[in-house]
Amino acid sequence: MAALLEAIELTRYFDMGRKQRVHAVEQLSLSIAEKEIVGLVGESGSGKSTLGKTIVGLLDKTSGSVKFRGETLPQKYAPADFQRLATKMQMIFQDPYSSLNPRMTVGEIIAEGLRLHSDKKAPEIKETVADWLLKVGLQANHMSRYPHEFSGGQRQRIGIARAMILGPEFVVCDEPISALDVSVQAQVINLLRELKETMGLTLLFIAHDLSMVRYVSDRMAVMYLGSLVEIGKADEVYFDPRHPYTEILIGSNPEPDPELERSRPSTAIQGEIPSPVNVPEGCRFASRCPRVMEVCRHTTPELLPLKDVDRQVACHLYT
Amino acid sequence: MSQVAVNLQKSPTLLEVKNLAVEFDTYGGTVQAVRGVNFTIEQGKTLAIVGESGCGKSVTVQAMMGLIPMPPGRITSGSARLRGVEVLGRNTIDGREIRGAEIGMIFQDPMTSLNPTMTIGDQIAEPLQVHRGYSHRRAFDEAIQLLELSKIPEAAKRARQYPFEYSGGMLQRAMIAMAIACKPSILIADEPTTALDVTIQAQILDLLNDLQKETGMAIILITHDLGVVARMADEVAVMYAGKIVEHGSVDDIFYRSAHPYMLGLRAAMPTNDPSLQHELQPIAGSPPDLFSPPPGCGYCARCPYAMQVCGSAHPEDYFVGETHFSRCWLHHPDSTLKPDELYFGNMD
Repeated sequence: MAALLEAIELTRYFDMGRKQRVHAVEQLSLSIAEKEIVGLVGESGSGKSTLGKTIVGLLDKTSGSVKFRGETLPQKYAPADFQRLATKMQMIFQDPYSSLNPRMTVGEIIAEGLRLHSDKKAPEIKETVADWLLKVGLQANHMSRYPHEFSGGQRQRIGIARAMILGPEFVVCDEPISALDVSVQAQVINLLRELKETMGLTLLFIAHDLSMVRYVSDRMAVMYLGSLVEIGKADEVYFDPRHPYTEILIGSNPEPDPELERSRPSTAIQGEIPSPVNVPEGCRFASRCPRVMEVCRHTTPELLPLKDVDRQVACHLYT
Repeated sequence: MSQVAVNLQKSPTLLEVKNLAVEFDTYGGTVQAVRGVNFTIEQGKTLAIVGESGCGKSVTVQAMMGLIPMPPGRITSGSARLRGVEVLGRNTIDGREIRGAEIGMIFQDPMTSLNPTMTIGDQIAEPLQVHRGYSHRRAFDEAIQLLELSKIPEAAKRARQYPFEYSGGMLQRAMIAMAIACKPSILIADEPTTALDVTIQAQILDLLNDLQKETGMAIILITHDLGVVARMADEVAVMYAGKIVEHGSVDDIFYRSAHPYMLGLRAAMPTNDPSLQHELQPIAGSPPDLFSPPPGCGYCARCPYAMQVCGSAHPEDYFVGETHFSRCWLHHPDSTLKPDELYFGNMD
């Protein structure tokens, strides 16, 4: 499997002053094959968005590296790097209300990428923008309107058109549907899947809706406090989770099926995700893990492949 | 019209809402946010009101709580009777305040619903001082017990902390402690877990279930998450464009969905049952403009089964099961289409 994108021991800290550091992403390695959709799940504060932003270069890397088609990307992007990489990597943001400039028309928002990164002339750009508006299910005459004139689902589609117009190979979708109603979520998901097919896209799909991630993704990666704890085929991870955290996360996901819900024992986990400031030694999940052992408290488990299934798990239960 | 639903429950009801309608005056005109809602709730039961944003589910309960700002809001018709006593437009029943004492409420965003300048303990003590006339000291002690009941560790220490020192899940627990302080007979939970992670959501839902068992209060749960509905509800009311379009037991709604809107919602969601895999089918279009609601069924413009009558006349509530009704012309006794021909993914 040819990896399109590879994150190698990627780390991102945020300094908070007074010697406090947020360990948002720590020593995380992930490789994404061409035309693959990797779903990334985890609680808020687990570093999912930071990982996405660090991969596309919106945040500098504290250490580690990202390889794209074998090329190691710079640790900190210079304007020229953005100029060069914007046509290859893009991002769709979570909140369709705050991620579009309210003072630009939709046409300007979508065209901006082309204006900066291609040598197309204005009429040609306008034509492409009109094309894209149709592709995402809007109308060409929406070009002269402003973002506030659109609903959440429509705005999210504007965000998608903006990301896709440069024909990127890799797109990070940061919770693209969590601000939307169920009936609209399906519209956006189907659009993403269709674009993936027609454009041969590779996606990192960040979400906290486990059912939707399972439906969309080829592989599912579970993140906890800055590290991956489990990664494998989406269906297999969902129906046969191996890491205690994945088990709890999926057990907490309410299913729209009353009989199943009644028969299901309560798997509510005690406690909450600890602060990523000055994280303790050992397994980061040890403080909440129902199957914690002595070794967990001082040795950090590595993400290792399991013997019986095609899966990587970071847990001492399996070593 | 013999099958028109008049009253669903035969057992004694705690709360009965009839024909509730709420409007808001805005610069753009008058929004008819709630357009005639009927439901009842029994003691110790959980009613879930589901629907997408803007369908009027929050306004419905806010009207009962007297939380609609008037003006611009206006309750144009309807009644809400708690144990037979009208609560709309009143603040007290038999000397007991409705808001806070008879009906408790928790909100979606605990971060913005609590006062950042007061300690959590003082905020929980406040309703006890106001409604029960407790001294501050006694109320504060009771607040600590309530925090313990809501399973907040180190409650005595936590009670002296401010909201910013709490996490989102803890704040929601504190909100619940506050809402149940005066032992209300109904707890309204307006999207109580939407802002929370699934793991914390599971904790909060368990807590609500435990408290309901202990106190026997009824819960009105407002949510758009059908998974949460399946976990919590005894009965479900599905709202669309200011009306309840389907109402029944939780099994009716999930296993014998009748209204095309509910069918559409289920087809738009991924299922985790391997035997029922399907491609997601979005519901085309968007909800109607409630400034000038359509003359017929609100769902007509998006409905794949729409008939001529749907655009011109309001359907009534037609029974499709003993306590299960659907507000859809397809279920009119004279309709040629039989409801079961429409059922999507029936599992029984």
